[in-house]
Amino acid sequence: MSKQYETVIGLEVHVELATKTKIFCGCSTEFGGAPNTHTCPVCTGMPGSLPVLNRQVVEYALAVGLAANCEIHQYCKFDRKNYFYPDNPQNYQISQLYLPICHDGWVEIETAAGNKRIGIHEIHMEEDAGKLIHDEWEDCSLVDYNRSGVPLIEIVSEPDMRSADEVIAYLEKLRMMIQYLGASDCKLQEGSMRADVNLSVREVGAKEFGTRTEMKNLNSFKAIARAIEGEKNRQIELLEDGKKVVQETRRWDDNKESSHAMRSKEDAKDYRYFPDPDLPPVVIDDAWIARVRERQPELQTEKLARYQKEYGLPRYDAHILTSSKHLADLFEETVKLCGQPKEVSNWLMTDAMRLLKEKGQEPEQISMDPRHLADLVKMVGENVINRTIARDVFEAVFTENVNPKEYVESKGLTVVRDEGALQSVIEEILEKNPQSVADYKAGKQKAMGFVVGQTMRAMKGKADPAVVNQLVKELLEQR
Amino acid sequence: MTNRISDETIEYVGILAKLELSGEEKEAAKQDMGKMLDYIDQLNELDTEDVEPMSHVFPIHNVFREDVVTNQDDRENILKNAPEQKDGAFKVPRTVE
Repeated sequence: MSKQYETVIGLEVHVELATKTKIFCGCSTEFGGAPNTHTCPVCTGMPGSLPVLNRQVVEYALAVGLAANCEIHQYCKFDRKNYFYPDNPQNYQISQLYLPICHDGWVEIETAAGNKRIGIHEIHMEEDAGKLIHDEWEDCSLVDYNRSGVPLIEIVSEPDMRSADEVIAYLEKLRMMIQYLGASDCKLQEGSMRADVNLSVREVGAKEFGTRTEMKNLNSFKAIARAIEGEKNRQIELLEDGKKVVQETRRWDDNKESSHAMRSKEDAKDYRYFPDPDLPPVVIDDAWIARVRERQPELQTEKLARYQKEYGLPRYDAHILTSSKHLADLFEETVKLCGQPKEVSNWLMTDAMRLLKEKGQEPEQISMDPRHLADLVKMVGENVINRTIARDVFEAVFTENVNPKEYVESKGLTVVRDEGALQSVIEEILEKNPQSVADYKAGKQKAMGFVVGQTMRAMKGKADPAVVNQLVKELLEQR
Repeated sequence: MTNRISDETIEYVGILAKLELSGEEKEAAKQDMGKMLDYIDQLNELDTEDVEPMSHVFPIHNVFREDVVTNQDDRENILKNAPEQKDGAFKVPRTVE
């Protein structure tokens, strides 16, 4: 490859909002219902039905838009995007073309190359389509309209990204921001967050953009990274061969690690948008915007900075803890109860992360009660149990949500402080192991470790290791 | 009539609207559409410099529902609208992406 190329990427991200009901009707948005059990005349496009906008959709869209530093169209409205496809029973999708609710914002991303602002062109509200299942037996398709009318926001970025790393960082940023706002759970695998990648290449230094393609069906960060790499190389090869890139929509096949052009419908791009006469305009006054601003929670970037400053945590730890809102909440609630932020952070960073990994779970699935974790931290701090025992107790708290105080008491796990009892145990061990005593006297320090180990074992781990060390040493010296 | 609709245009509009038009219907549609465009030309003669574009005929805004589930499972009735059904779903000719 003689020439140097630059990849130019813009993203269209669809996010399913966490409302209880659909955008224009009172049907449930709950995932996983039997086909068509969450449907009504509105979301199945029956003539004469009247859509009425769910207020919460506007609230969420505003919250996301403000968090992404957007301007708000204070007079906004809905338009019909016309196309025929069985997943779209009205033969049009209600969306926003002319006056999307949010526009001209930005988010800041962080990659190894440093910080960078990615422009947000617009955010608009729209409805999701139904789901098609292909029936191989009867060679027909079956339509489930449970998802039809589920509220979406589409976040359209400017073509500001130049690498897969930047794309992933941008998506992570959006996901974290939206999760913190509670506007969506943003799960790529389950389709509550979907990203279409618009990509073109051009020679480094060129002013004009190259012809772009749009890539669909990307349902993991890894698939997105692979698809970007694959499409970049495909376009560069075409250009190097003196061929042209065709503007088209391509479907990524992550198993084959390649994409193919989706059958182009000649009329596909002629959507004949026009204002939806069923839906009156939405007017968002300054007071409404102020109310949403007032309610905005602390977002990850702010939390990250605060954890380092207020709790003195290293940046890495603060990053892990804030990478899930649920984890951050658990951390803060626990610290509120027992203090010792570094200690609480350590439990979550090491033992909680290890257990999650073993169980193949996400931080969102932690069900541990912060009061229990706080009690555990206190018991370790007050030396009621030693660290080895504490790790077992933590596991019980983590997996079964047991009350650590009761658990420790019922199992008799508290540290044995009675030095007399400890002393007689050690004496007994020394009696049984004259060789160790002899070795120690001969200058072999290792022998002491053996005795300490035996003692801890005899005490079933309940002794304080520091005390045992001290006592063993004293008793060996006395011999 | 100053606006003439070409055969290609009427063909294309027919495809977009999923309509199969006979030769006679096409001619009639061409006439109708030409007249509509003439009327728009007539409207364009008006000075609308200071007129806000209208997107809704009624002077209302902000008609909302609260986010509360009001609809229960009504699949049986909804599926009565399906020309054919199978396994609780609307059955349609096979679609290819």
